[in-house]
Amino acid sequence: MANPLKCDLCTKPATVHLTQIVNNKVHKVDLCEECAKEKGVTDPSGFSLADLLLKASLNPEPAGGGMRCEQCGFTPSDFKKQGRFGCPACYDVFRTLLDPILEGMHKGTAHAGKVPSKALERKSLHDRLAQLEVDLSTAVKAERYEDAARCRDEINRVREAAGQKASAKP
Amino acid sequence: MTIASLIDSPSELTDTASSKSAIVLMTRIRLARNLAGQPFPGWAKPAQREKILEDCRAAIAAVPAMKRGLMVGVDELGDLEKRILVERHLISRELSGAKRGSGVVISRDQAISVMINEEDHLRIQVLRAGFQLKKAWASIDDLDTCLEESLDFAFSPTLGYLTACPTNLGTAMRASAMMHLPALVIANQMEKVVRAVNQLGMVVRGLFGEGSDASGSIFQISNQTTLGESEEEILKRLSSVLQSIIEHELNARAKLIEADSGKLFDKIGRAYGILQNSHLVTSNEAMNLLSLLRLGVDLGVFPDAHRSVIDRLFIEAQPGHLQHAQKGEFEPNQRDLLRAARLRSEFANFAHPDFTLPAHGNN
Repeated sequence: MANPLKCDLCTKPATVHLTQIVNNKVHKVDLCEECAKEKGVTDPSGFSLADLLLKASLNPEPAGGGMRCEQCGFTPSDFKKQGRFGCPACYDVFRTLLDPILEGMHKGTAHAGKVPSKALERKSLHDRLAQLEVDLSTAVKAERYEDAARCRDEINRVREAAGQKASAKP
Repeated sequence: MTIASLIDSPSELTDTASSKSAIVLMTRIRLARNLAGQPFPGWAKPAQREKILEDCRAAIAAVPAMKRGLMVGVDELGDLEKRILVERHLISRELSGAKRGSGVVISRDQAISVMINEEDHLRIQVLRAGFQLKKAWASIDDLDTCLEESLDFAFSPTLGYLTACPTNLGTAMRASAMMHLPALVIANQMEKVVRAVNQLGMVVRGLFGEGSDASGSIFQISNQTTLGESEEEILKRLSSVLQSIIEHELNARAKLIEADSGKLFDKIGRAYGILQNSHLVTSNEAMNLLSLLRLGVDLGVFPDAHRSVIDRLFIEAQPGHLQHAQKGEFEPNQRDLLRAARLRSEFANFAHPDFTLPAHGNN
């Protein structure tokens, strides 16, 4: 053991060696026992996670130092600890940290599967109504009554269409 | 449905085994789903977890496929009950160790289970005996669409379904097949197979998933990646990998018989003798003996109809099931005594092996 491998995270001798092949690319990681345990690498489910965590840790605080998810209070250091995100909005907030990791993790970086079309339709309807309500109240405030009437008609039309869809359901 | 009546009725896995499931014992697909605007279970506060549990339960209860199923919180389950559900693959080990505010809903036929507040808000799972990826997908796709009626799932057009862990992004689908591969194990070829399967972007695990060993020569093969391909593409890829593993297993069986049928039949015959006569059998040994007898059925040494007995015992020889059947707590070596007694009685009336027609194995 003239030149024992050192842990990628600290300087202790590495005893845990992980090799993983994703999309024909070989990823190798060497860790000491403590770091391996801390990162959950000894658990085989941590497989690609290990890679991910390390990449995040090896570039210390990559621009993400002061980042924080407004929705749930999650920070990049929480991600390092948990290996999981805090809430769906974290994916927007930490997107820059996530992108480099995703490439090696999956077959591609863009979703190509099922889309929850009903839920999305509901959301867009909801967003459209909310926007119309805002437009209506601004129009009323500004005494633009023609615009206000148009907004009100539009709101009724959207509601009616949504209602018909709802009642058409079995 | 109560937990007691669920445990006492046969599961999807133990009841429908037929020659169709000769090598693929079971197909399983799971989808991870999360509610938009809610923190993931591992980050949510207790009150938020309770609220999510409640909302999800209401949505699941409204789905026709889940009518009159079992709906239960993890904190309402005893250790033994949890163990039995894990042994039946109806809940994960992670859920069985979860805090308050987690639960599961299991359909009456035990083919569908929906875990709430495991790693994600919802982990929907469909089980099918045999090699049934298409049917399992059709069924889980329907269920997911039904839930979508009342739940707003966290979804991004580019990243797909948003999950607590980025390794599940996209389709958030994990499809797996549980395969019985005794000949590849006997011929020492499993390592090679695992390597090849890994290169194709699939993962091989033991019977009880992550970190479990492959006792009984049973392996789970599943897709590793979830983002960048559609569900159908992933299933197609998995299916062709499974197909080629089946071919390798069949080749390995043919080679074993050709090279030294005496050695193979000796293993099967001895396993039969031990199962009929032994008085102390560990869970691991039981799995390996049962595996050899199952191979015997596939080769025509035992009648086809006996396969279901073996598949049932794969589950019922597990510690939780054994303990439940014997009503009481037992030390491990007492369990081995009880297990052997159970196996002796099950195999007392098992057909005598017929080693004359192995060439007609139904494979």
